[in-house]
Amino acid sequence: MDFSAINPVLLIASLMVAATPIMLAAIGELVVEKAGVLNLGVEGMMIVGAVAGFVTAFETGSPILGFIMAAIGGALLSLVFAFLTQFVLANQVASGLALTLFGLGLSALIGQDYVGVKPPPTPKVNFGALADIPVIGPILFGHDLVVYLGLGIVAGTWAFLKYSRAGLILKAVGENHDAAHALGYKVVRVRILAIMFGGACAGLGGAFISLIRVPQWTEGMTAGAGWIALALVVFASWKPWRVLIGAYLYGGITVLQLNAQAAGARIPVEYLSMSPYLITILVLVFMSADRSRAPAALGKIFHASN
Amino acid sequence: MLRLERRPQPSKMWSYLTPLIAVAATMIVGGLLFAALGKPPVEAIKTIFWDPLFGPFASYSRPQLLIKAGPLILIAIGLALGFKAGIWNIGAEGQYIVGAICGAAVALAFYPMDGFFIFPLMILFGGLGGFLWAMIPALLKTRFGTNEILVSLMLVYVAEQLLAAMALGPLKNPEGYGFPGSRNLQQYEAAYNAEIIAGTGMHWGVVAALISVIMAYILLGRHVLGFHIRVTGEAPRAAGFAGVHTGRLVVICLGLSGALAGLAGMFEISGPSGVVSIDFNVGYGFTAIIVAFLGRLHPLGILLAGLLLALTYIGGEMAQMTLNLPSAAIQVFQGMLLFFLLAVDFLTNYRVRIGQKEAV
Repeated sequence: MDFSAINPVLLIASLMVAATPIMLAAIGELVVEKAGVLNLGVEGMMIVGAVAGFVTAFETGSPILGFIMAAIGGALLSLVFAFLTQFVLANQVASGLALTLFGLGLSALIGQDYVGVKPPPTPKVNFGALADIPVIGPILFGHDLVVYLGLGIVAGTWAFLKYSRAGLILKAVGENHDAAHALGYKVVRVRILAIMFGGACAGLGGAFISLIRVPQWTEGMTAGAGWIALALVVFASWKPWRVLIGAYLYGGITVLQLNAQAAGARIPVEYLSMSPYLITILVLVFMSADRSRAPAALGKIFHASN
Repeated sequence: MLRLERRPQPSKMWSYLTPLIAVAATMIVGGLLFAALGKPPVEAIKTIFWDPLFGPFASYSRPQLLIKAGPLILIAIGLALGFKAGIWNIGAEGQYIVGAICGAAVALAFYPMDGFFIFPLMILFGGLGGFLWAMIPALLKTRFGTNEILVSLMLVYVAEQLLAAMALGPLKNPEGYGFPGSRNLQQYEAAYNAEIIAGTGMHWGVVAALISVIMAYILLGRHVLGFHIRVTGEAPRAAGFAGVHTGRLVVICLGLSGALAGLAGMFEISGPSGVVSIDFNVGYGFTAIIVAFLGRLHPLGILLAGLLLALTYIGGEMAQMTLNLPSAAIQVFQGMLLFFLLAVDFLTNYRVRIGQKEAV
C-alpha cells in the first residue's frame, strides 16, 4: 500500500465535499431536535431530496433549480411527519421510520427512468486569483456554492439559536413545551416550522450527493447518510459548531477510507466500507455518557390538554 | 375547530378498526398512485390483493404466501416485544443477515457430510448469530446509554458489507468457477430446509413463526416478563416501582428479537434462497416493522398483518409482470400503509370534538 500517493491538500479539499451532505442534514435535524422533536426520517427526506434535485436539474439543465426543488421536496415530505406527530399525535419514532421507508420507495419510483444519465455539472464559485494560491486556494476557494451554503447555514443556525428571540423561543419549546405553551408561544407552529427547516436541509444534503458528490442517480444512494447525520447531532451535543467539526472528521474518515481502497490496501474493500458505520457507533458510545445536553422535551408528545 | 380530547381508556373498538381503515385508505390512495402512473387502478389493486390467492396463477403463488409471511411474522413478533416496552430495535435486517451467515457457515463447514444433527445445529447457530448481533446495541445501551436505534441501524450496513465479504471470500463456492456466492444449500440434503408438505410453502421457518406467535401470546398475557414489558412501555416510572430491571429488559427484548430475526434469516438461506450472495436480503427486516405496527404489536394481529404484507410482496411481483408496474411502487404502497395506520391511530386514544376552546 502506498500512502505517499495521497495528497494532503486534495485530501482536505475532498473531505469538505464528503462532509457537506451529512453536515446539511445534521444541522437541520439539530434545529428539529432543539424544538423537542425527534425526526428519524432524515434518510427518507435526503433520498427524496436527492431524486427531486436530480430530476429537476436533469430536465431543466439548471443545478440551482435542482437544489431549490430538493429543499422543497424534503420540506414537503417532512410536512407529512409534522402532520402525523403534531396534529394526530403519533409516536415520533414510528412516524420517522415510516418517513424513511416511504421516502426510499418513493424516490426509487420517481428515479427509475433516470438511472445511468448524467446531471448537468454544478459550476464552482469563481474566486479569480484567490483560487491559485497554493495550499489555501484549493482548500478554501475551489468549491461549488453549496459547500459554502452549508457553512453559511451552520453559522446562521448558531447565531439564530444564540442571539435571536425566535431562537430562544424555539429552545424553550424544546426544553419544556408545557411552560412555553403557558407563556403563550405556539408550540405546534414552532415545531412545524422547525420540522420543515430540517426537511429542507436534508433535501439539500441529498441533492448534494446526487448532483455533486457522485454525480448520478442510483436507488438507495444515500446509503445511511441520514442515519449518520442523526448520530452526528448526538456527537455534537446539540451544538451547531460541533456539527461542523463532526462532519469534517467524518468526511476525513470517508475520504481516507476511499483513498486506502484506491491505494490497494490488503484488506478487502468490504471491511474498509464498514469503517464509517463502525466509527459512528464508536463515537456514539463515547458521546452517550452525558445525556444532559439533550433538549428536555425531546421526543415527547405535546397536547394542550395534558 | 376540531380538537382532540384524550379518552380515559383506549377504545377497544377503534383499536380493531384502525388497521382496517388504514388498509382501505392505502388501497384507495394506492389506486390513485397507480392511475397517476398510467396503470388501471382497480385492476392493479385486484392483481395485488386478489390474484395471488384466487387468480389464474394462484396455484403457483399461494405457497409463496407462507414463504414470504414466515420471516415477516418471525421478525415482527420479536420486534413487537421490544416496541411494546419502548425498546426500538430497527436493525432486524442486520440480525437477519448475520443469522443467515452463521447458519449457512455451519452447513458449509460440514459439507458434504450427512447427519441428522446438521440442521438443528444450523438453527442453533442462526439464532445465536442474530442474538449476538443484537447484543451489540443492547450492551452498549445498558453500559453506556447509547441509543439503540442508531446503533442497531448502523449495524445493518455493517452486516450488508459482511455478507458481501462472505459471499466473495470465506463462504464462496470452491467449485463455482470464480463466481461470487456460496454452494447452494438446496442441493445439500442434510442442510436443506425443504417444504414439510410439498406444494404448500410450509417449511420449518413457517412452523417456527407459528410457534413464536403462540409463545408471544402466552408471554404477553400470562407471564410476568410480558407484564414487565407492557408496564415499561405504558408507564416507565411505575415499572421501576413494580421491580422491573430496565437494563435486563433491554437485553432480553433486543436479544429475543435478534434471535428470532437470525432464525428467520437462517431458515430463508437454507430454504427459499439457498445461496449466500450479495442480494440475499430483500428488506424483510424493515417490512417487519410495518407488520408489527399494523398488527398493533399483538401476536395474532401480527400473524394477519404478516400474511397481508406477504400478499403485497407477491401481488407486487405479479403486477410487475402483468401490468409492468415498477417494483418500487409496492415499496411506496407499504410505506403508505404505515403512514395511514399512524394517521388514524389517534382515534384509539383520543376523541375528536367539534368546538372552539384554546388554539394550539
